Amino acid sequence: MSGPAISTRGVTRDFKAGQQTITVLHGIDLDVKAGELTFLVGESGSGKTTLISIMCGILWPTLGEVEVFGTDIYDLSDDDLVEFRLQNIGFIFQQYNLIPSIDAASNAAVPLIAQGMDRHEAREKAAAMLEKLNIGDQAGKLPNQLSGGQQQRVAIARALVHEPRLVVCDEPTAALDAASGRRVMDLLREVAVAEDRACIIVTHDNRIFDMADRILVLEDGKVTHDGEHMPEDH
Amino acid sequence: MIWIAIRMLTGDPQKFFGLVFGIAFSTLLITQQLTIFVNLLERGASGVYNVSSADVWVMDPVSRTTDVAYAMPSTALDKVRGVPGVEWAVPHIRANASVRTKDGDLEGVAVIGVDDATLIGLPKNMIEGSVDVLSQPDSVIIDDVGTTRMFPDASPIGERLELNDQRAVIRGIADAIPSFTSTVVLYTKYSNALNFVPGTRNRLSFVLVGKADGLTSQELVDRIEAETGLRARTREQFARDGVDFIIENTGIPLNFGITVALGFIVGVAIVGLTFSLFIRDNIKQFGALKAIGVTNGTIRKMVAAQAGLVGLIGYGLGVLGTVGFIYAFSANPTFKGFYIPWQIPLISLVAVTLILALTGWLALRNVLKTEPASVFR
Ligand SMILES: Nc1ncnc2c1ncn2[C@@H]1O[C@H](COP(=O)(O)OP(=O)(O)OP(=O)(O)O)[C@@H](O)[C@H]1O
Ligand SMILES: [Mg+2]
Repeated sequence: MSGPAISTRGVTRDFKAGQQTITVLHGIDLDVKAGELTFLVGESGSGKTTLISIMCGILWPTLGEVEVFGTDIYDLSDDDLVEFRLQNIGFIFQQYNLIPSIDAASNAAVPLIAQGMDRHEAREKAAAMLEKLNIGDQAGKLPNQLSGGQQQRVAIARALVHEPRLVVCDEPTAALDAASGRRVMDLLREVAVAEDRACIIVTHDNRIFDMADRILVLEDGKVTHDGEHMPEDH
Repeated sequence: MIWIAIRMLTGDPQKFFGLVFGIAFSTLLITQQLTIFVNLLERGASGVYNVSSADVWVMDPVSRTTDVAYAMPSTALDKVRGVPGVEWAVPHIRANASVRTKDGDLEGVAVIGVDDATLIGLPKNMIEGSVDVLSQPDSVIIDDVGTTRMFPDASPIGERLELNDQRAVIRGIADAIPSFTSTVVLYTKYSNALNFVPGTRNRLSFVLVGKADGLTSQELVDRIEAETGLRARTREQFARDGVDFIIENTGIPLNFGITVALGFIVGVAIVGLTFSLFIRDNIKQFGALKAIGVTNGTIRKMVAAQAGLVGLIGYGLGVLGTVGFIYAFSANPTFKGFYIPWQIPLISLVAVTLILALTGWLALRNVLKTEPASVFR
């Protein structure tokens, strides 16, 4: 694979707060490579969630461009962008956002179903993914019959089931104790990191910083560090 | 995705049943009230419908309905008979009278005097006894409403009545469509009726006419009016007059209109509230779907499918409920002969569709407005 998986150029984002406009991101230029686990870290309010939302095509930048595997995603029409996400991006939401009334395998199968795959076929594929995540035996359970950790695995399965080229994950370990947090990261590295896939994880959990291949530090809407490890002063 | 939408809906039984109930309730209220309304209105024409063989009704120019009639001199009959195109013409008398029963109860009744010779003017069918009983002295035939009203426990056959101080004996029961007011009706021969109804000079209420072949009722009406100076109406026109009279002179269109409107409003309220609660509870999931890559168009279809399912079940239950209601009360003379005109379920279907379109649209707005980016918050 040549070139970066994702590149942002001059990405700026403003929010209107009442009368005044606050600029959350100031001209972000960065490249993310495939095949690596990339962390986006920074203090609360530094703009991590805003940036990752823009990188995965769910939040329009005020200025700037985002290319995902060569596609200028904010140049696409609304519907094309939705379709692009459906084909190329896997989401792991912090609150999982599983559908309570369908079972784990069906939840994990949602992207495939949305792509138009037959429901039963999609469910089978999803069940295989759950198997890979070691919760194959929970496939038939409803989300509220699962523990928090199991629900998260279902959410991970849903993010990976359609083999997206970009996986984004906001604060996967925030609600977990240190050991569980590391286990989830191990799992993500195992199932999510692949040769032609970029995987970006937003976190401010310093207990897992050592598990990144690459760390981008965001401070007040600017990238202040880009390297394999955290800078000394953090 | 439709499957997911349906599961989202049925996975929350409380709201699902709330929605179905709301639609069923609205449908029931609208269908049932409209049914009663239309049937009650048609009661205004029962006097016409009960005399199935008359093509044309002739009356004094000021008469308006079978129950609001001004008497004519008996010469009117001969005048009508003289009009070409009149196959037959018979006298018909309708008057109010008071009856004292054996137990001493007082009841206002309608006395209908039918032609002595042909008995034209009687309802087509008898429930008990034959029309021939009228040839016996003082005989009257009571209608079935009268039977349930005045003799709920035992057969009225052979019962003696004091009818405006005259003796009358019930010898048969007619199968008649009740009047708007469900007044007890006593049928008797024209000559008998003249005795029962206290005498003024003019007592002929109507002349019932059968038309000859080769001309329409309307042509005959025009001819009778031109030649006699009396008012003539075709059967259909006169039935319509009876209905119009009720519409113009009672508050029932307004009353039923209000109830139907209430049914609609309550439907909008229950369904709208439940629908928005349901959507609000699932807004995160909808947001996640949008982020993952479900288009607004598909989301619309999902909500439409949810509304459609609720509508189908609720509407079905509501119509079934109305049918059940009509069926359950069919023995009650107030509801005798009630039927559901096909237009009414159609109207409530339109109402239900409106309710769901309105509430679905309101609920959908929130989903469509939800930014996919909100899922990371
Ligand atoms: N929709 C919005 N409207 C207005 N302001 C917003 C909106 N989203 C984010 N912000 C503001 O942008 C700034 C950055 O928010 P963001 O969520 O990106 O931070 P974060 O680094 O993810 O923080 P945390 O670690 O707490 O999740 C904050 O000051 C926030 O208040
Ligand atoms: Mg955040």
